[in-house]
Amino acid sequence: MIREFSSADILFIVTAVRWTLILSAIAFAGGAIGGLAIALSRSSQNRVLRRIATGFIQVFQGTPLLMQLFLVYFGLAVVGLPIDPLLAAAVALTLHASAYLGEIWRGAIEAVPSGQSEAATALALGYRDRMRHVILPQAMRIATAPTVGFLVQLIKGTSLASIIGFTELTRAGQIVNNATFQPFLVFGTVAALYFLLCWPLSLLARHLEARMRRALMR
Amino acid sequence: MTEHAIIMRAVNKYYGAFHALADIDLTVQPGERIVICGPSGSGKSTLIRTINQLEPIESGTIVVDGVELTAGGENVAKVRKDVGMVFQSFNLFPHMTVLENCILAPMKARKVSRAEAEKTARHYLERVKIPEQADKYPAQLSGGQQQRVAIARALCMKPRIMLFDEPTSALDPEMVKEVLDTMIDLAREGMTMLCVTHEMDFARAVADRVIFMDKGRIVEENAPAEFFGNPQNERLRNFLGQIA
Amino acid sequence: MYQFNFQPVIQNLDLLLFGAWLTVRLSLMAMLFGLVVSVLGAVAKTSGIRPLRWLVDAYVEVIRNTPFLVQIFFIFFGLPAVGISMSPNTAALVALVVNVGAYGTEIIRAGIESIPRGQIEAGRALGLNPVQIFRYVVVKPALRNIYPSLTSQFIYLMLTSSVVSVISANDLASAGADLNARTFASFEIYLVLTVLYFLLALGFSTLFAAIRRVFFTYPAGR
Ligand SMILES: Nc1ncnc2c1ncn2[C@@H]1O[C@H](COP(=O)(O)OP(=O)(O)OP(=O)(O)O)[C@@H](O)[C@H]1O
Ligand SMILES: [Mg+2]
Repeated sequence: MIREFSSADILFIVTAVRWTLILSAIAFAGGAIGGLAIALSRSSQNRVLRRIATGFIQVFQGTPLLMQLFLVYFGLAVVGLPIDPLLAAAVALTLHASAYLGEIWRGAIEAVPSGQSEAATALALGYRDRMRHVILPQAMRIATAPTVGFLVQLIKGTSLASIIGFTELTRAGQIVNNATFQPFLVFGTVAALYFLLCWPLSLLARHLEARMRRALMR
Repeated sequence: MTEHAIIMRAVNKYYGAFHALADIDLTVQPGERIVICGPSGSGKSTLIRTINQLEPIESGTIVVDGVELTAGGENVAKVRKDVGMVFQSFNLFPHMTVLENCILAPMKARKVSRAEAEKTARHYLERVKIPEQADKYPAQLSGGQQQRVAIARALCMKPRIMLFDEPTSALDPEMVKEVLDTMIDLAREGMTMLCVTHEMDFARAVADRVIFMDKGRIVEENAPAEFFGNPQNERLRNFLGQIA
Repeated sequence: MYQFNFQPVIQNLDLLLFGAWLTVRLSLMAMLFGLVVSVLGAVAKTSGIRPLRWLVDAYVEVIRNTPFLVQIFFIFFGLPAVGISMSPNTAALVALVVNVGAYGTEIIRAGIESIPRGQIEAGRALGLNPVQIFRYVVVKPALRNIYPSLTSQFIYLMLTSSVVSVISANDLASAGADLNARTFASFEIYLVLTVLYFLLALGFSTLFAAIRRVFFTYPAGR
């Protein structure tokens, strides 16, 4: 039974943007915590911590996000949890974001000149104070642009949650397409909505990067 | 029969609305050594870069070794093979060894065999006193050595005219002399040279004529003794006062 | 307690390995064609022709700001509506080429722009023609500069290519999905798939590092 592509369908798709945003927000928040832990571990003095963090990044940057999603999705049953698409997507995307943000932020921490850490140590600041008041604030400036850039990648990545059955923007499009069979229009609309979400962020990332580069040249 | 190495007549060059070269008239005899100086932005680089057409001109005539440049592409290629150029920033090719830098153009532009090109290259590396660096990469050499390689690279094309654009101003002071000595040797052998430089001792020692440029014009030109001993132009006097 | 059962995976490992080969082939082909698109895109972008530049800009921005999954849906399901139908395998290749071409355009452009003007001027002053300058002066340093981005882009492409399984194009992820539909040993299958992808990625980065050592080991500098 095929019906017309109506304004109700458009509304259905547009409101599904909500779930794309929620999923992105969860993954970003979780990834921020995980990423900070990874970044600090990777730049720490402890060799075991460094190895673990490096391995974590390698695995999550060296395997497809789609496989990570499937693995977490089916893995929920393995650890005795109910199979739930939202939970699976949130966990997988959080791990994914942790790895990428961890790598970005490690780079930013290492980009802070080593003299800064030495000066702080010479002033008798402990590790926590050194990080909190001297290193991280400077690293944050360096990391802002690539972090915003990664946010674009994350939003696009949430589309894969549709494959394990979570109804966000892409899956809403598939549902409407199955009912109306207007794939050109439907997926065109879906793509346009993603573009509206991502493009401003891309522009912002580029703007921030240009500003950073100018600041560095001075 | 060509009596003149370079003839420039009524040459004008614009960058957009900016008049970079204004009515330049200049004649250079074979074997003549000319030093060009002047304040920053006066058009010195632009002037010598028009001679091998790195900068096209808007009007006027340039004849290099009897070949008229304004006529078109074919001539430009010929002139570039006969005119060597040395840049302030060396511009050696970083992915090639010193020897490879020296043989590239003879092999590709002059179609010389590799054996022949290498022989020539080693000869000129000897002349600039760094034969032992032939298999190193540019990044492994000091600035002075790099600039001497750049000179050897240009000489490998057996040019009749050499252009130098501030060849020593990117160098640390202790390396300036080794490059200037190389250039003095070259001058003694009768190479036609146009050299943008602020090394006035070099100008006194080897130049047949010194040219002062300001705001895109040749304001004064004279033999070194007159040029330095009795400068006519007000701006030249200021300029000499500043750099002395 | 969950009972692991790797039996189906072990018995069908040859299917998965063949799938892995298909993924490698698909990725290599996509990269090859993608590079052609990238070079054309970069040349168009650095050319002075305004409308051409806008067109390339639009292409790059649209692709980079929409998910690959939606792109492949649009190409496989949407384009037939305007008369362009493709088999799943062709659609997969086209989607990957279009996708990697957009990222590659930026990479290649950056590579060309990374060559200092003085290098090209030195080539001209030595009497080399434009083709010779490109071939002997520009290509190697430019490639060296973009090699890291280019190779990580390839690995990213290979991982992304798993998404083509949603339209049942032939690849490693599809081989896994088929096996899953027959045996339902889902977790075990996807664990092995993940490991296989990881090994592919690891293998290629090792290979790329070796190539880099052989071809781009001149000392960096001015
Ligand atoms: N590509 C260009 N586009 C626009 N203006 C240019 C360009 N190249 C040079 N100019 C301008 O032309 C003028 C002459 O430049 P030129 O490089 O010849 O000066 P110069 O005498 O060599 O100075 P310097 O001693 O600083 O090297 C300068 O004002 C410069 O700003
Ligand atoms: Mg200059």
